[in-house]
Amino acid sequence: MEFVFFLSAAVKAGTCLLYATLGEIISEKVGHLNLGVEGMMQMGAVIGFIAGFTFGNPLAAVLCAALAGAAGALIYALLTVSFKANQTVTGLTLSIFGVGFAAFFGKTFVGKKVPEAITTFFQPIKLPFLGDIPFIGDIFFNQSVYVYFSYILVIAIYLYLYKTKWGLNTRMIGENPVAADASGIPVDKYKYFNIVLCGALCGLGGAFLSLVYISVYPVNVVSGRGWIAVCLVIFAMWNPGKAMLGAYFFGALDIASFWLQKYNLPVSIYLFTALPYLATVFVLLFTSMRKINNKKEPAWLGKNYFKEDR
Amino acid sequence: MKKKLGVLMLALIMVVVSVVGCSSGSTTKTNAVTKVGFLYVGPADDGGWSQVHDQGRAKMVEHFNGKVETVVKENVAEEKSAVVSTVRDMVDQGCTIIFGTSYGFMDGMVEAAKEFPNVKFEHCSGYMTSDNLGTYFGRIEEPRYLSGIVAGLTTKTNKIAYIAAMPIPECVRGINAFALGVKSVNPTATVNVSWTNTWYDPTVEKAAAEALIQQGCDVTAQHQDSTAVMEAAKEAGKLSIGYDLSAAATMPEVYMTAPLWDFSGYYTERVQAVIDGTWKSDTYWGGMNDGIVSLDTLTKLAPGSAQAQVDTATAAIKAGTLNVFAGEIKDQTGTVRVNAGTVLTDEAELSMDWFVDNVVGSVN
Repeated sequence: MEFVFFLSAAVKAGTCLLYATLGEIISEKVGHLNLGVEGMMQMGAVIGFIAGFTFGNPLAAVLCAALAGAAGALIYALLTVSFKANQTVTGLTLSIFGVGFAAFFGKTFVGKKVPEAITTFFQPIKLPFLGDIPFIGDIFFNQSVYVYFSYILVIAIYLYLYKTKWGLNTRMIGENPVAADASGIPVDKYKYFNIVLCGALCGLGGAFLSLVYISVYPVNVVSGRGWIAVCLVIFAMWNPGKAMLGAYFFGALDIASFWLQKYNLPVSIYLFTALPYLATVFVLLFTSMRKINNKKEPAWLGKNYFKEDR
Repeated sequence: MKKKLGVLMLALIMVVVSVVGCSSGSTTKTNAVTKVGFLYVGPADDGGWSQVHDQGRAKMVEHFNGKVETVVKENVAEEKSAVVSTVRDMVDQGCTIIFGTSYGFMDGMVEAAKEFPNVKFEHCSGYMTSDNLGTYFGRIEEPRYLSGIVAGLTTKTNKIAYIAAMPIPECVRGINAFALGVKSVNPTATVNVSWTNTWYDPTVEKAAAEALIQQGCDVTAQHQDSTAVMEAAKEAGKLSIGYDLSAAATMPEVYMTAPLWDFSGYYTERVQAVIDGTWKSDTYWGGMNDGIVSLDTLTKLAPGSAQAQVDTATAAIKAGTLNVFAGEIKDQTGTVRVNAGTVLTDEAELSMDWFVDNVVGSVN
């Protein structure tokens, strides 16, 4: 039974990663490596909290968080799509910007509590039927609506990318924008749309932390989870379904130390705390060793498209 | 052309934003007042440790009525370079005495004390001293023991959660004192420890507390600076022992009592010494008799029988007849650490790296 609690907690801990990873998959599918995930999550977290604290309305809070993340992504899109700036540098800058943005605007809110109305709204709700399935029900279907929404998103994004014309066009731009352009697809519009969507999802991921996962606003709520999300995209091989698996795996690593400590293992607790980051290094190591993953990566990832070069 | 204009506009906007953003810069006065620096590990209103120091600071400033000014730096990283550069900045601003309020500032404080031999330094909870670097701390284990009595009487599952920051003697001492307090009224209860590796991170603290509550603990205690542990207890319908500050007003649903700090007396005394020119490096370690530590008034949530037992123990501690670490004390392996009839020495307390036998968890 305790293991079920642990897995349920892992799903909760992994949900913020899932949102951000899904976002980054979309962005990378259109050929844009956005390393600003951490920054966009921070922006979403702080704006989401401020909106929630001010309006006391969960939906307004979530909407503002998504808009904040989208605004961050819009800066990135403007610089990389329209002005053809280097994607890596722009992304890193956005991350640094987002952390500063959150620190600046969140300063006066540190230590403030999430309003009761929001906490109640996001309390775990056991779903009828699904929630009664042994084990699975306790793990996946006794969660906050915020978590349920991420399940829907996984399916929606899968359908969007693989079953719609827009998704096909998006993927084509990521593989070969020259061909896409030649066939009449408005490349820049697609890029803007997908990058901004990525930002909105990252904002939602950040707000999950500040509105649901914790109840008091801390100094640095995201604290590096954005970087893990970037790595998870590779781990998931740009596949929304596998992103879910990866996010929960890293969520489990995130909280593993609290559940393992009572067994008095002869391992330093510092190692437990470092687990998610160690795992990140290993994931990158193994995926770079296996050649087949290179094929999963969008061919034009990280490269800007100059129409004039065609 | 359009693009160039766009870039230009963007650059302009950024310049304007940064100018506006910086306009609220601080102004420094050059009066002949004593300037005192404070380094906090968290935000000054963290609801815990840093707030306790900030309250002590504020009372001290009030006491000197304009003769003392303070320079405060919040969220200082527990790294040598961060501490040294903060201290340099404070010395530049004219500080003549600087208080570092977190254990992890130790290396930086030692380094800074060497760099500025004319500035007085005080480091809370550390053990390194020099001619211009003193240490100060309180015997928080005394109120910790008392809070253990309350927890031991409260628990029904006989499992108490204790969320603690770092496996260092300061925390270990607190856990052991608490566990001995629990044991004095409830020999069958265990204290289940979870380390978080952070003094202040509500995210981690709450996750750790949730894990222990799920494992059957029905009372939480903490050596953490935020109220996140109590939030977790509130959501699960359990009861809590706080730390640092009274949470009677902020967490009325779960709060029973807490070991409290009050640094105002010490800060006032030491700053006065600097003003008088009598300051000398010292290692201060005050107890309940000095008022630097105390146990908060029990709330209505505490079991009815607790008050009398706490009162008796408090009187005994103050009278010197009860020592928290009086033998016989056995560690987790059954080895006798303190023989019957003796008490633990201060040195042994300061380097404590073992748990008493009713603690579940490990020091590593």
